[in-house]
Amino acid sequence: MAAQSANIKVLLAKLGLDGHDRGIKVIARAMRDAGMEVVYMGMRVTPDQVAQTALQEDVDVVGISILSGAHMRLIPRLTKALREREILDDVLVMVGGTIPEDDVEPLQKMGVQGVFPVGSFTTAMTEFISENISRGRSAPQV
Amino acid sequence: MADNEQKPKRSLSGLEVKPVYTPDDLADTDFARDLGQPGEFPFTRGPYPNMYLGRLWTRRQIAGFGTAQATNERYRFLLDHGQNGISTDFDHPTLTGYDSDHELAEGEVGRLGVAIDSVRDMDDLFLDIPLDEVSVSLTINHPAIVLLGMFLSVSKKRNVDWSKLRGTVQNDSLKEFHGQKTFALGPVPSLKLTTDIVEFCTDHVPNWYTISISGYHIRESGSDAVQELAFTIAQGMAYVESALERGLPVDSFAPRLSFFFGVHNDVFEEVAKYRAARRMWARIMKDRYKAQKPESMRLRFHAQTLGSTLMRQDPQNNIARGTLQALAAVLGGTQSLHVSGYDEAFDIPSEEAMRMSLATQLILSHESGVANTVDPLAGSYFVESLTNDIEEAAWEYISKIEGMGTGEFLMKQGMLGAIDSGYIEREIARSAYEYQLRIESGEQVVVGLNQYRSEGTQKLELFQFNPEEEEWQKRRLAETRSGRSATDVKSALSSLKQAARDDKNLMPAVLEAVGALATEGEILDSMRDVYGEYVDPGVF
Repeated sequence: MAAQSANIKVLLAKLGLDGHDRGIKVIARAMRDAGMEVVYMGMRVTPDQVAQTALQEDVDVVGISILSGAHMRLIPRLTKALREREILDDVLVMVGGTIPEDDVEPLQKMGVQGVFPVGSFTTAMTEFISENISRGRSAPQV
Repeated sequence: MADNEQKPKRSLSGLEVKPVYTPDDLADTDFARDLGQPGEFPFTRGPYPNMYLGRLWTRRQIAGFGTAQATNERYRFLLDHGQNGISTDFDHPTLTGYDSDHELAEGEVGRLGVAIDSVRDMDDLFLDIPLDEVSVSLTINHPAIVLLGMFLSVSKKRNVDWSKLRGTVQNDSLKEFHGQKTFALGPVPSLKLTTDIVEFCTDHVPNWYTISISGYHIRESGSDAVQELAFTIAQGMAYVESALERGLPVDSFAPRLSFFFGVHNDVFEEVAKYRAARRMWARIMKDRYKAQKPESMRLRFHAQTLGSTLMRQDPQNNIARGTLQALAAVLGGTQSLHVSGYDEAFDIPSEEAMRMSLATQLILSHESGVANTVDPLAGSYFVESLTNDIEEAAWEYISKIEGMGTGEFLMKQGMLGAIDSGYIEREIARSAYEYQLRIESGEQVVVGLNQYRSEGTQKLELFQFNPEEEEWQKRRLAETRSGRSATDVKSALSSLKQAARDDKNLMPAVLEAVGALATEGEILDSMRDVYGEYVDPGVF
């Protein structure tokens, strides 16, 4: 797994004004320890900024953490911004945070491949990345 | 199972816990010197001689969501159901100093707290609530001077004398860079604003608590108990030094500083943390800052059970967690308490969950017997040892931060340096990561998450957010803007900027701007113009 992870580049960011960054920093460390290259944009970035950075940095994965309840407003803007730059199909989009079960399917329809609610293990995320990057894009998974 | 293995037990924060404690463990402890009587220096046993026999802790459940009207209704519900203090939770745009129509505010207006844009909203928030009778805690930090200004303005309009106000403003600007993360300005200007509030209230709002020095958010960000204790005390020292640098006599402001801690799962470690905090603060204030008044030395605190301990799996289990945490806070001598809702791993709490949290407090108060005597765990070989150990470990951190400072005000400069270098944030992130790894490996059992998992999920009746409130709030903001004198606003904001450039206390200019119906975002924008905006450095 480490050998595969070595070439994987992950972009992590928090959208909006949400200050809950404990989880995303834990994930950043876990992904780094799994051998991935991590770019963490920090907090208070806009969907456009994330998409632009994803393009410039040529990342494999875009990971967003939202614990403010604003995911159904902000994620459509993110996937739209990625689509506009024609990279939505090239990156693995993952969303974590306080995501209710009922929102999982709508998020997947928008183009999010992995949804990881609070309490998810970091190993579940790193494994999800390894599997989906190495095999090419597979079916959505929660 | 592994119950018989020889590995020493450790507290949640990694302090060694022996199988049995005896008087030998307290050979170096002098009870008169290190504990004293309750209500006496060094206040280890509590800030008051009779503690809960005099008055039970204040049941203060934080609340805020949607518009000021919606939150006002919740306040009145809570007051009707046994609550006796109000604590305001503001939404992210308010916490970070943006108006509800700002681009970054999308989807977050009124979502996790109440939306306040102008003094009109503040007036609505406290409709029919007697401000001279109910103590109010304003949970706001970098824009604290603006929200406090609005509150003072509403009080004045209602003819409530400022000396009768007994509330608290959180106003702990430094922790925003490593806990909570709702900063608006950089460390130096935000510390200046914190000190402006201390100075202004000391002169004009004498019974107001000017800073709630907060460890709670540090702990939610993933620190352990030792770090929570150390960084909180270090922040407190930085505020004291900043006020001393301003020329305020220590005994003029120190009695109005209070503290705010989290409550985690390890009952005895939490009790030890509170007892150590009181002893440390008392000695720091007396020995280092030469306070004379006992009120300047005695640490009083609010406690909140930690949201990060709540699990989605089997959410009713969170009621048990909240009860144990609340018990720890009470055994540790808290002055007020918030028990988090058992459904908060999903969303902000429902009314039902808040009723349960209040009931937890009432059962502890009236059925458990724990409030019948003062500091019931004093003299326990174990608890006293743990109190000594956690204090010693915290001092190591504080000394390290002090070593980062230079000049006359070492802790103030040291904290600014520790924030600038990312030291504190990285220390907390490391603890958060290690704790997560312990959970994932199964070394730390979390019932329902990594062991004893049950099949099937319980469906809870969760809080229902009304998405129309965001549009309503934006319309109200537009109405406020169109109904005021643009000249007055412009003139007030320009005076404010001048006062900032002249390094004056900004409260008078803020009061003027608030009175002219300048919005929170406009006032903060004026400050950002002068001081610059703080951008998250993305440390992990």
